[in-house]
Amino acid sequence: MRLYALAIYLFLYVPIGIIALFSFNAGRHASQFTGFSVQWYGKALSNPFVMDALRTSLTVALASATLATAAGTAAALGLQSVRGRVRAVFDALVYVAVMVPGIVIGIATLIALVTLFGWINPVLAALWPEGGPVPQLSLGIGSLILAHGLFSMALAIIILRARMAGMDRSLVEASADLGATPWGTFRQVTLPQILPAILAAFLLSFTFSFDDFIVAFFVAGSNTTLPIYVFSSIRRGVTPEINAIGTMVLAVSLVILVLAQAILQRGRRPARAA
Amino acid sequence: MESQTPIAELRGATKLFGEVVAAQDLSLAIRRGEFLSFLGPSGCGKTTALRLLAGFEQPTSGDVLLDGQRVNDVPAHLRPVNMVFQHYALFPHLDVAGNIAYGLRQRRPRPDAAAIAAAVEAALRMVRLPGFGDRRIWEMSGGQQQRVALARAIVNEPKLLLLDEPLAALDKKLRRDMQIELQGLQRSLGITFVLVTHDQEEALSMSDRICIMRGGRIEQVGTPRDLYDRPRNRYVADFVGKSNFFEGRAEAAPGGQTILVAAGGHRIAGTAPAPLAAGARVAASLRPEQIGLARAAPEDGGRIALPVEVVTRIFLGEHTEYLVRNRDLGEFLVLVPRQAEAATGAFDPGEAAQAHWRQGDALILADT
Repeated sequence: MRLYALAIYLFLYVPIGIIALFSFNAGRHASQFTGFSVQWYGKALSNPFVMDALRTSLTVALASATLATAAGTAAALGLQSVRGRVRAVFDALVYVAVMVPGIVIGIATLIALVTLFGWINPVLAALWPEGGPVPQLSLGIGSLILAHGLFSMALAIIILRARMAGMDRSLVEASADLGATPWGTFRQVTLPQILPAILAAFLLSFTFSFDDFIVAFFVAGSNTTLPIYVFSSIRRGVTPEINAIGTMVLAVSLVILVLAQAILQRGRRPARAA
Repeated sequence: MESQTPIAELRGATKLFGEVVAAQDLSLAIRRGEFLSFLGPSGCGKTTALRLLAGFEQPTSGDVLLDGQRVNDVPAHLRPVNMVFQHYALFPHLDVAGNIAYGLRQRRPRPDAAAIAAAVEAALRMVRLPGFGDRRIWEMSGGQQQRVALARAIVNEPKLLLLDEPLAALDKKLRRDMQIELQGLQRSLGITFVLVTHDQEEALSMSDRICIMRGGRIEQVGTPRDLYDRPRNRYVADFVGKSNFFEGRAEAAPGGQTILVAAGGHRIAGTAPAPLAAGARVAASLRPEQIGLARAAPEDGGRIALPVEVVTRIFLGEHTEYLVRNRDLGEFLVLVPRQAEAATGAFDPGEAAQAHWRQGDALILADT
């Protein structure tokens, strides 16, 4: 049994390990290791296309994570006072949103946005005064942020709901009983309690957006995020430079995931929440 | 006691949760400075009554008054009332001092830091936790958390302190200590305390008055002695102290007495604290300590004697508690003092004996 588990872990992690290993390869071939070097990291970081893609990825990840966390927190708070069938339906929809495969979300978002633009753009053109270029909506960073934000919001709602479910409802009553206004209670009691979950939701949303290829591939328009850049480069052959980029993305994601997990764990022991 | 206006009052207060009646037509005036307990089993409406006073629930109909003012629409955070929650509801992200200062910090204008610190320290001294201000909540034991919750409420000098089963989570020894402490605190502060409990002993030992509830309604309100001596019905008698009940039909008798005719034709005479219709289903209540146990029926014509068989014997130190069985009336408890037992000798399980009491000692109560 132990051997079996070991085999599975090897199967899962050896390819990743090899990518990380070969990113330090001195030679340019992916098949033989000729010596240790960090030159490919330097190459990757000085490649303007890589840096441009990185900038896009970071912008999208930050914006969509902020959007998702804010909207997700508001939704989770609102859902607290919803009971019965409405709540069950809403909960189910949130879980479905997380479970739907990325490719479905990608295609669905693409079709939805294109259709929407198809309706709005003629209206814009008709309403716009004569002279000057008519602004037209199109796929781009904005649509990517929206698509990622939508998916991450479901994630954020689930994380926050889990945290709020563990919260003692009587704390809110105690605060009101002691004379705090509803806003005062939110600021002094609810927010400190759910802050770890908010942070974790933000970090997870960030990594989701930063790592995502499929949704971005469909709705990013002409913009290139880091995963899209990696994908298109691979078609010209795997170079150690790609390995280096992959390793960096992996490292950043891992650090953030571990951080998010640690924050959630800390939050789960309510007594120790900061 | 400067004013005759009740500090708080429920007037025909009814609370529905959908179809469920949580409290029905509650009318009760809470006197200034008294210690009042709501007593009843879970689901009897006692917590709803407390939450109506706190402002966490609004009555579906009827009124809630504080100090003579109707406060139905005044939300909890604007009522001069504080509550000690069942599981304390201390804020885990604040230290002990932060918890106690919470109420003071909500005041506008906000008192200055020195005044708050002084009030917090005074409250901590009052609950005998001086110097505990910078402890974290999770570092405190259950009993200490209980005291912090108490300090957090009384530091605001509320007109009414509501206590929702505050001692339920403590072990028996600690509970006894806290009961004494709560009583002392109530006397020295002069704040009106309203306690919710399902523990009759707790209610009896601490309260000036007890409000016994059942099924969302008030059954009876009175001093512990009132309820013990003159329960309105069997339910109340059963809640206040240990009692034996013999069921039967009522029959009027001369001299204000009522006779209960039980199975087998036994006639038990007693006083009825509440009027009863002849022929009504009633129960005679006899405290275990009112019944004696003898080897032969006593000569005294004023006593009623029943042949019984001893079922079990429990030695309680100063008393011995016997469970005995009569063929017609079933099993009941007899509490024999040590001295009385010295005269008759102890009875063994299986032995025959005569249970006797003074005819007229029983309380004849509506059997509801």
